[in-house]
Amino acid sequence: MSKTGWRSWGAAALIAGGLAAGPARAQETIKIGVLHSLSGTMAISETTLKDAMLMLIDEQNRRGGVLGKKLEAVVVDPASNWPLFAEKARELIAKDKVSAVFGCWTSVSRKSVLPVFKELDSLLFYPVQYEGEESERNVFYTGAAPNQQAIPAVDYLIKEENVQRWVLEGTDYVYPRTTNKILEAYLKSKGVKPEDISINYTPFGQSDWQTRVAAIKSFGSAGKKTAVVSTINGDANVPFYKELANQGIKAIDIPVVAFSVGEEELAGIDTKPLVGHLAAWNYFQSIETPENKAFIDKWRAFTKNAKRVTNDPMEAHYVGFNMWVKAVEKAGSAEPGKVIAALPGIKQPNLTGGVSEMLANHHITKPVFIGEIKDNGQFDVVFKTEELIPGEAWSKQLDGSKDLEADWVKLNCGNYNTKTKKCGGA
Amino acid sequence: MIRLLVYLLLALAFAGPVRAQSPADAAYTRLASDSYAEIEASIVGLAASGDPRTAPVIQALAEGRLFYRPADKALFVKQGDAVTDARTGVPAPATEGLKPVRANNKVRRALDSALGTLNLLAPDPGKRREAAEAVFKARDATVLPALEAALSRETDAGVKRTLQEARAAVVLAKPGSTEADRLAAVATIQGRADGDAMGILRALSADPSAAVQAAAAKGVAAIETRLALIAGASNVWYGISLGSVLLLAAIGLAITFGVMGIINMAHGEMVMLGAYTTFLVQEAIRAHAPGLFEFSLAIAIPAAFLVGGGVGVGIERLVIRHLYGRPLETLLATFGISLILQQTVRSIFGPTNREVGAPQFMTGAFDLFGLSITWGRFWIVVFALAVFFGLMFVLRRTSFGLKTRAVTQNRRMAAAMGIRTPWVDALTFGLGSGIAGIAGVALSQIDNVSPNLGQGYIIDSFLVVVFGGVGSLWGTLVAALSIGVANKFLEPYAGAVLAKILLLVFIILFIQKRPRGLFALKGRSVEA
Repeated sequence: MSKTGWRSWGAAALIAGGLAAGPARAQETIKIGVLHSLSGTMAISETTLKDAMLMLIDEQNRRGGVLGKKLEAVVVDPASNWPLFAEKARELIAKDKVSAVFGCWTSVSRKSVLPVFKELDSLLFYPVQYEGEESERNVFYTGAAPNQQAIPAVDYLIKEENVQRWVLEGTDYVYPRTTNKILEAYLKSKGVKPEDISINYTPFGQSDWQTRVAAIKSFGSAGKKTAVVSTINGDANVPFYKELANQGIKAIDIPVVAFSVGEEELAGIDTKPLVGHLAAWNYFQSIETPENKAFIDKWRAFTKNAKRVTNDPMEAHYVGFNMWVKAVEKAGSAEPGKVIAALPGIKQPNLTGGVSEMLANHHITKPVFIGEIKDNGQFDVVFKTEELIPGEAWSKQLDGSKDLEADWVKLNCGNYNTKTKKCGGA
Repeated sequence: MIRLLVYLLLALAFAGPVRAQSPADAAYTRLASDSYAEIEASIVGLAASGDPRTAPVIQALAEGRLFYRPADKALFVKQGDAVTDARTGVPAPATEGLKPVRANNKVRRALDSALGTLNLLAPDPGKRREAAEAVFKARDATVLPALEAALSRETDAGVKRTLQEARAAVVLAKPGSTEADRLAAVATIQGRADGDAMGILRALSADPSAAVQAAAAKGVAAIETRLALIAGASNVWYGISLGSVLLLAAIGLAITFGVMGIINMAHGEMVMLGAYTTFLVQEAIRAHAPGLFEFSLAIAIPAAFLVGGGVGVGIERLVIRHLYGRPLETLLATFGISLILQQTVRSIFGPTNREVGAPQFMTGAFDLFGLSITWGRFWIVVFALAVFFGLMFVLRRTSFGLKTRAVTQNRRMAAAMGIRTPWVDALTFGLGSGIAGIAGVALSQIDNVSPNLGQGYIIDSFLVVVFGGVGSLWGTLVAALSIGVANKFLEPYAGAVLAKILLLVFIILFIQKRPRGLFALKGRSVEA
């Protein structure tokens, strides 16, 4: 921690040095903004991504940089404060003149910086799974859309575990609410009756799960196989799983499939009582490919910690960053406008053996994995999709968005209505 | 269906002329498969083989101690450092590159069911009961003969009842059983009167026999009434449990804010420091004396008190004592201190959660008239009350408590009596902070140990102290428990988010009516 801390200070010092040395030196580097919270509630997740970006940039520089120029990371700390995200984004683009920004975790932080990126026409890579229903010219979504995580997970439970009754348990904010809306519509389309779906929201940081877990237990005793689909975010997960274990709910009785619990989150829990609960992601550290092994080794060497774990959003940054590098080389320039035009169609091998492609709707193709939690805090992959799934910006399950299409190559529009043949939404 | 097919295949395979292989042999090889379906089928085959050697293998797989050599699919059981060949039980030389036999939920279900069948005749009654529960859950018709055999031999009444319930569940799940049998089974299941029983009875609504359907519906209704009663009782318990957590978090504040009148925004961080102290104590124990782990919390309590108290005294001496009588500045200064403490901890321990283990006595649950009470929560309630009465004793019955009350009630007169008021201030603040540290030990068991731990409790703590009446310890107790119980009664109807909002609105209205809280202090000290 302190080591990487010094690194970012070092980076900041470099920038300062670069600015002081005048324009001659500044031209020799391409700057990349890293916009992740290093303090506040989201630091728990986002600090890792800042380190991952520093590692990727460091590695690219050792390969000789891009277009013969070195890359330079500009790290800022938006401190888990949504308005500050917008301020820091403006600072990165307008003052530091970065060519691209990699950052944000929560949807609300992404929505907060969006107007800045549009106004200054810059480029953001967003690495976290999100609720979809968005496609913007200036944003590239390298995390999963709902059809790349939630829907396949539910399909798995229907097919393999024969689940007929569903608890959709989420934290009260935009991602769980939208995902659950999509899932509810999807489950109903699969013939699940409304009384077999229970949807509940709890506040951020919920720590007393006794009532909810008891309710899940009684909901699960209706004689039908029951599963919990969890969009519980962040810190609230640990007490939730602890309570499940304490009340004796095992994965073989009522499995929980989570969309926000990864290797990093499990590092803080005694995972023995959780064995068998599921998570759906597009990457797991335990997947055995040569690329993944090399990545994990490099990550551990970079952080000087032989036990550091990798996770899904890190892989999203890996794919996104390498796509950006290829697009810059293709465009022959790091200018955001040119790179945005060059990005769709760029292919980049991911860490799980496939080749992801940037699509015209600014989402990427991804494989979907379902993993069961093992007692060592890692996941055992029990299911994977045969092919890579293209990300859908607009969900086909929701009335408001099923006619919408995003295509920035041919239509140059993020919300083209196929019924009215107009750009501009429903 | 698949299971039947497997039996059939196995039967065919073993009925063949060769008979050189023991029945279990074919199943063994399939354990080393990559396909979960194969592994599951293999377990079913092993359990059905009746070969006594299979029991330790299945046990080993259930505990994750079964490994295979990818080259020849030979199976090995690991017990500590010793490796034995799974088929023969002969010690094997340690080999490199062994891979664990994989298990998913389906495989684990098959394992539980297989172990249940194997352990029905185990000598230990506890194990037999577990086995009967496993059979109850699996409801596999092929186990029926084994169940009957076990029933006829069972002597322990409790185990016998579980066995009968298991038998009833199996009978209900079997397609060909007679109506009379099924009716008797419904009665047995109804006697169990829990969620599992209700699940089984609900599933009977499609039963071909009308009599069974009616009996099942009646059973469901009876269980529902009982469960509704239990739900009411458990709401009270959950409320007490939530209240005890609030009490723990607020009780330190009841001293620093309630008695001394200092608005200490860094109170939550003392709780957080206590939790991290627990983490450090556990790390030290894990590294140097693993045998003491069961006592780690007992060791952490004084350590957390000293850490919280020490930091508290430090803050009081360095910052707060210069700000007495200036509440706004105290608020801002302590808020700044809370941010400093948080970021310091984040820099030292990292932003991610730290794992604090639970000793054996804090895990699991026990059953009280159908009410499932988790041990962890139970001990926290006991602990919160112990801390409360301990503090009460210190303030009421010790000379330090006397001085504290004297100083807070009339500082100048206390000083005139020869009490060193600055030191009493520092120690009282240290006591409040130390108790917050102790609260951290308990909270580390139910919440995340992260730098943000304290933030989640600071608002609730102030709420409890203000609602209870500033300066009144009894008020804090009553306020914490009533907020907890009210919250838990609202939650099932209004949802967790709305319940919290409703409660806040209610407290705001209450404070409008009675600005001094539930237990308002009367007399001269109020005016002072």
